Amino acid sequence: MKHIRNFCIIAHIDHGKSTLADRLLDATGSVTDREKQEQLLDNMDLERERGITIKSHAIQMDYEYKGEQYVLNLIDTPGHVDFSYEVSRSIAACEGALLIVDAAQSIQAQTISNLYLALENDLEIIPVLNKVDLPSANPEEVTDDIVDLLGCKPEDVIPASAKTGLGIDEILAAIIERIPPPTGNVDEPLQALIFDSVYNPFRGVETYFRVLNGSIKKNQLIKFIATGNTYNADEVGTLRLKQFPRTEIKAGDVGYLITGIKEAKEVKVGDTITDAKNPTQNAIAGFEDVKPMVFAGIYPVDTEDYEELRSSMEKLQLNDASLVFVPESSAALGFGFRCGFLGMLHMEIIQERLEREFDMTVITTVPNVSYHAYTTKNPDQAIIVNNPTDLPEPSSLNRVEEPYIKASIITKADFVGNVMSLCIDKRGQITNQTYLTPERVELNFDMPLAEIVFDFYDRLKTVSKGYASFDYSPIGMRASKLVRVDILLNAQTVDALSALIHADNAYHIGKKMCEKLKELIPRQQFDIPIQAAIGAKIISRETIKALRKDVTAKCYGGDISRKRKLLEKQKKGKKRMRQVGNVEIPQQAFMAVLKLND
Amino acid sequence: MSGIYIHIPFCKQACYYCDFHFSTSLKKKDLVVEAIVKELKMRQAEFKNERVETIYFGGGTPSLLSFHEIDSIINTVYKFYKVNTNPEITLEANPDDLSKEKIKKLSKSAINRLSIGIQSFFEEDLKLMNRAHNAKEAKASITAAMKHFNNVSVDLIYGIPGASHKRWIKNIETTLSFNVPHISSYALTVEPKTALKKFIDKGVIENVDDEQAQQQFQILLEHLEVADFIHYELSNFGKEGFFSRNNSAYWQGKSYLGIGPSAHSFNGHERSWNIRNNSIYINSIKNEILPSEVETLTVTDRYNEYIMTGLRTIWGVSVDKVEMEFGKTHKNYLLKQAQKHINEHLLYLDDDKLLTTKKGKFLSDGIAADLFLLNL
Ligand SMILES: Nc1nc2c(ncn2[C@@H]2O[C@H](COP(=O)(O)OP(=O)(O)OP(=O)(O)O)[C@@H](O)[C@H]2O)c(=O)[nH]1
Ligand code: SF4
Ligand SMILES: [Mg+2]
Repeated sequence: MKHIRNFCIIAHIDHGKSTLADRLLDATGSVTDREKQEQLLDNMDLERERGITIKSHAIQMDYEYKGEQYVLNLIDTPGHVDFSYEVSRSIAACEGALLIVDAAQSIQAQTISNLYLALENDLEIIPVLNKVDLPSANPEEVTDDIVDLLGCKPEDVIPASAKTGLGIDEILAAIIERIPPPTGNVDEPLQALIFDSVYNPFRGVETYFRVLNGSIKKNQLIKFIATGNTYNADEVGTLRLKQFPRTEIKAGDVGYLITGIKEAKEVKVGDTITDAKNPTQNAIAGFEDVKPMVFAGIYPVDTEDYEELRSSMEKLQLNDASLVFVPESSAALGFGFRCGFLGMLHMEIIQERLEREFDMTVITTVPNVSYHAYTTKNPDQAIIVNNPTDLPEPSSLNRVEEPYIKASIITKADFVGNVMSLCIDKRGQITNQTYLTPERVELNFDMPLAEIVFDFYDRLKTVSKGYASFDYSPIGMRASKLVRVDILLNAQTVDALSALIHADNAYHIGKKMCEKLKELIPRQQFDIPIQAAIGAKIISRETIKALRKDVTAKCYGGDISRKRKLLEKQKKGKKRMRQVGNVEIPQQAFMAVLKLND
Repeated sequence: MSGIYIHIPFCKQACYYCDFHFSTSLKKKDLVVEAIVKELKMRQAEFKNERVETIYFGGGTPSLLSFHEIDSIINTVYKFYKVNTNPEITLEANPDDLSKEKIKKLSKSAINRLSIGIQSFFEEDLKLMNRAHNAKEAKASITAAMKHFNNVSVDLIYGIPGASHKRWIKNIETTLSFNVPHISSYALTVEPKTALKKFIDKGVIENVDDEQAQQQFQILLEHLEVADFIHYELSNFGKEGFFSRNNSAYWQGKSYLGIGPSAHSFNGHERSWNIRNNSIYINSIKNEILPSEVETLTVTDRYNEYIMTGLRTIWGVSVDKVEMEFGKTHKNYLLKQAQKHINEHLLYLDDDKLLTTKKGKFLSDGIAADLFLLNL
């Protein structure tokens, strides 16, 4: 165990975690030349397309240091706030963390929040000053910033470049010298923490674990403590670039387990694995439950796919423990699920993964945060409103409360004015302003969560020309003026299009929603009136004119295949539409409220 | 039965709405004709089991060809292909090329059908579309054509910005007064990358209006029905016995050979198309290489094409044929998908044939898309 080191790489988004992981894999000879590619660990298509890490990724490396052979278990983590649950679980499997700081950007909001996560878990922190090769790098100042933040010595900060390979040997040395080896006793009964899992359509559920005590052997009879189920350990192994079967994984090490489980529900991330015959008396505390920030309905485009959607979501949940969902139904869309997400990006990724990994085309409804409503009849009893339809009628409503957050924004002094006006526009109240350095300012605001989940990041980026980072934490519920804006198509309310909106914005947004829907809903063979209403009161109205001509005049030899392809494309688009009453509504119209400014 | 289509890629001037392949410089005309003759020779093997029933000169503007050029192309076809005893041989022609003498001479050639690009008898319309002829030439060319040919077709365009229903009716009546046996009529369509599109985007020309087009289409149907025309394809109307045999082949899935730059060919399961560039075409044919691309159609592709073209025609989509050619699942799918449109009176079943109603005709692309199957 003396020769094992478990560590994760944490940082603000884009500071170079995955690229640094590439260099560590190179330096330890863990990948062949043929396997090499940039951000190798970002192996999901979605990650590669977007250039961000979504999933934590564990990988084992061998390294010889001062004549001794070491096993290094690395976990690359995502930087975006919406995936912070990934970071917190990875941290639980490690004794140390590389804290990467971009030498041009210095400390940013998620540098701080991820650092605190690591410190709460008593991880040894190795600060790495990355991207020193950049012309805009500011190594001295940023080193000072890091020293201030961590209370470490300037010599503890390792200058590095994941691009050129500078500092990689020093980092490897520090991992071995500074991070403590795992503790634990191989002779005690098996006690292992499940920190991640994934559904493999051929092999069933694969669980990733960290052994704290004892060891896990191939063909051992094991037990999951929370579910109480026992299984045969069909295969155990370590996570190399490919899975690497072994006969035994001992205390201190990280590995994977395959038992042939096909039912996603049987595995819970955070559960403890033990020996079935000689179980441990100590279940590991597991993970804190996630607290979703945004809620939205997810429905199958084809109503017949409801059960398949459920099983797909269960399987996806194995690999994304921050996804929560409960069944719900909608008059317009039938049966589906109310899902909780950690943010808008998370919601988008879930929708994409359902589509790509499970071939499930879904409709996502207008997202909202979770409100508390109180009726005049029962003014002390909070009704939790995660779905617009759950908001009681205005006449019976006593009051509504909405979740607030404390926002921390770090930006350059030049942009303080812009950032302030944006936050005030978003109903924020400034609570604090601190100059971290003469150029860098931290601003704190109390803001409604609802205002930051929708289009806040993009605007923050714009007003600060990209020089602002943002983090937030919940600070409880506060009184709010909330109304439900309903949408009527062809005089029928479409519940899935209702949105909860602050009363001051309701008219404006109702009008924009009608305009947006007019743009998104294709013309059909009859006129379609679109109306926005609060209660019985119509606040806006548009009409989609009937389609009069839907045919090309010419169709001769040269036109046929081009035209067929055009119509095929149109047909594909139609597959993503949902018929509500006699109106066909495209998938993206249900999220129209989010795109009002485009 | 099979057809040969010959693309003549030259025009005097560019009509604003046109997105066909043509050049307004006639410099390479000789070379293109030479290459066309050579391509005909090169490709004879493709038609070794086929009998040629129609030859069609399209474009571009085939009436720019000299008699000698027309003859040499037709003679080449006769030399290398098996041609039926009374083939339909059509020449697309523009009024400005059709003097009385020219028509008379053409009638002595193997050409036995003229398709004249009239479009409108009003100067405003012709100017707006940048046509090369004027209203007087339009009328004179039809009069002369009717004297020397018994099979004449006239092209008309409706839905022209600013053209009233009254003007449209006048165009129809004028056309009918010549007693032509065939009319092709198209809604003015704004194609990407055309001058028309640019002018509309800039606001120089008013945009086309679907409602106007739809109403003028209905007006057309009513007038031509009274005049005993049969509406045999969305944009084509013929007296009994005067349907275009060449064009019908496209809609009935028959094979055709497309010769010349940008021409498309079909052999029942593959489509191919020649390059849309005169110089590359000429050079490549010179080196005995056919500059074309091929696409093989899957069963589903063929089903989709049959639906798409069938719904446009008087022959409709035969449910029996779908079952025979594509299988039972395709047939059941078709019937299931069609039901909604039948309920909405856009489609109806006549025996085993699925046809568009009057109301459905102008929406038939959308309906076809709905009946499509998608390749996985
Ligand atoms: N010049 C320079 N660029 C770097 C360096 N390290 C990373 N980058 C670039 O920075 C960008 C982000 O790198 P990633 O490794 O994806 O960053 P990350 O921290 O893993 O990002 P997330 O996982 O999305 O939080 C990429 O374009 C890298 O090529 C470095 O040392 N020097
Ligand atoms: S004459 Fe025919 S091919 Fe030539 S530009 Fe006009 S419409 Fe197009
Ligand atoms: Mg990354």
